[in-house]
Amino acid sequence: MPNEISVTVNGTRHTSSVEPRTLLVHYLRDELGLTGTHVGCDTSQCGACTVVVDGSAVKSCTVLAVQADGSEVTTIEGLAQDGELHPVQEGFWEEHGLQCGFCTPGIIMTLHQVLDEQPDPSEEEIRHSLAGNICRCTGYQNIVKAAQFAAQRMQE
Amino acid sequence: MIPQAFDYYAPTSVTDALRLLRQHGDDAKLLAGGHSLLPIMKLRLSTPQCLIDLGRISDLRFISESDDGSLAIGAMSTYHDIKNSALVQARVPALAEAAGEVGDVQVQNKGTIGGSLAHADPAGDFPALALALNFELVTATTRSGRTIAIDRFFRDLLTTALRPNEILTEVHIPALPAGTGVSYQKLPNKASHYAVVGVAAAITVGDDGVCTEARIGVTGAGPTAVRARNTERILKGKHVDAAVIRRAAKRAGANVEDLNDDLHASAEYREHLTTVFAARAIEEALSRAG
Ligand SMILES: Cc1cc2nc3c(=O)[nH]c(=O)nc-3n(C[C@H](O)[C@H](O)[C@H](O)COP(=O)(O)OP(=O)(O)OC[C@H]3O[C@@H](n4cnc5c(N)ncnc54)[C@H](O)[C@@H]3O)c2cc1C
Ligand code: FES
Ligand code: FES
Repeated sequence: MPNEISVTVNGTRHTSSVEPRTLLVHYLRDELGLTGTHVGCDTSQCGACTVVVDGSAVKSCTVLAVQADGSEVTTIEGLAQDGELHPVQEGFWEEHGLQCGFCTPGIIMTLHQVLDEQPDPSEEEIRHSLAGNICRCTGYQNIVKAAQFAAQRMQE
Repeated sequence: MIPQAFDYYAPTSVTDALRLLRQHGDDAKLLAGGHSLLPIMKLRLSTPQCLIDLGRISDLRFISESDDGSLAIGAMSTYHDIKNSALVQARVPALAEAAGEVGDVQVQNKGTIGGSLAHADPAGDFPALALALNFELVTATTRSGRTIAIDRFFRDLLTTALRPNEILTEVHIPALPAGTGVSYQKLPNKASHYAVVGVAAAITVGDDGVCTEARIGVTGAGPTAVRARNTERILKGKHVDAAVIRRAAKRAGANVEDLNDDLHASAEYREHLTTVFAARAIEEALSRAG
């Protein structure tokens, strides 16, 4: 039995009919064509699928689209404003925070919440906060630098 | 991986949720944060016909304090809520700290205290804290409700005293007596942060330095979290010095009936870990008891 849902994604409201078993990540990628959100492990481990729902970073492979009914969802596509990169995106650009880039959207979305709650995190806090995001290219040093760059830029 | 098809209901009150639960009986499962249930549904190890989502029942998400100093936490409160609650940080800092060590930021945003206790994962963190802190679990059914003492709650692997028609609505944490310190220490699995072994200790020390009460919860070691009663007995009535801690911690695995033996750790290593982490938890609890 399909359910009607209404979700605001990156500021645009979408009303769709979905099967309850549809995962949020599949709704975003396959229904809305927002393929910036990646599926890495599909088992709740890697964080590549992380998006922000009502201010909270969540693994969208472990959330049903119906659970997001009525919510505001932000994906990587929704961060840049008028062609200006978001400070976290800028941090990855400036500090060479990505290699293949597969993990990057998820990491950026996690950091979006982390920096929102803790604008001036220590290096240790940044590392701890990224426990749920795995980088297969293992570029963690520069990911941490990118987060530090973003924290600084957001305080300016 | 996609779960088998199911119908989905999102009631906004406990009454409606209970009615749906009665109507759908064994075909239904309650959905809280979904971070234990959805992964096993994706693997099709669980194939409910119907999910009843508790996520829209705002009455189940709160943290409050009663006149007697006890805390009440709604079942749908997330780890993130608990970690950031000024009330929990002030009254039971060890619980707020432990919430911040569950899984990762994303898991903490979704996982709930109710789901963690109802699921009773053998490697879950909160079961050990619930035993040490003597949680009382408040439940509701269409007919009435009851309060379940934590000591009677965990029955076996993934099995609790909850009945299929029952919803866990809130947990009560009794006020800690003066002179009580609490600590939770675990060896986190490197990938998931679940406890390979975790030990929670709540220890009360009198003015004379003698331990008057000790509750120790052990998780990760066996099929369910258990109290380390042998360890508690050794601590009680004594001036707890290094030698007593060593002797007590050695017995922390003794109440675990069947030590887990899997790819994360052998049974022998887990038994060793119960000793190491019991000692650390007792030491820290004592240092906070003063
Ligand atoms: C990557 C990852 C890492 C994790 N790491 C850890 C960790 O380090 N430590 C840890 O302890 N846990 C960990 N978890 C598990 C996490 O804490 C779960 O969220 C939690 O165990 C279950 O809570 P939930 O709200 O997600 O419940 P759900 O998955 O929604 O439900 C679990 C079960 O409980 C039942 N249930 C839920 N709420 C109620 C209720 N109110 N009344 C009656 N029955 C109910 C459901 O029907 C279901 O059977 C991890 C999970 C993931 C995916
Ligand atoms: S794809 Fe969701 S956590 Fe890996
Ligand atoms: S940059 Fe390749 S996975 Fe992280």
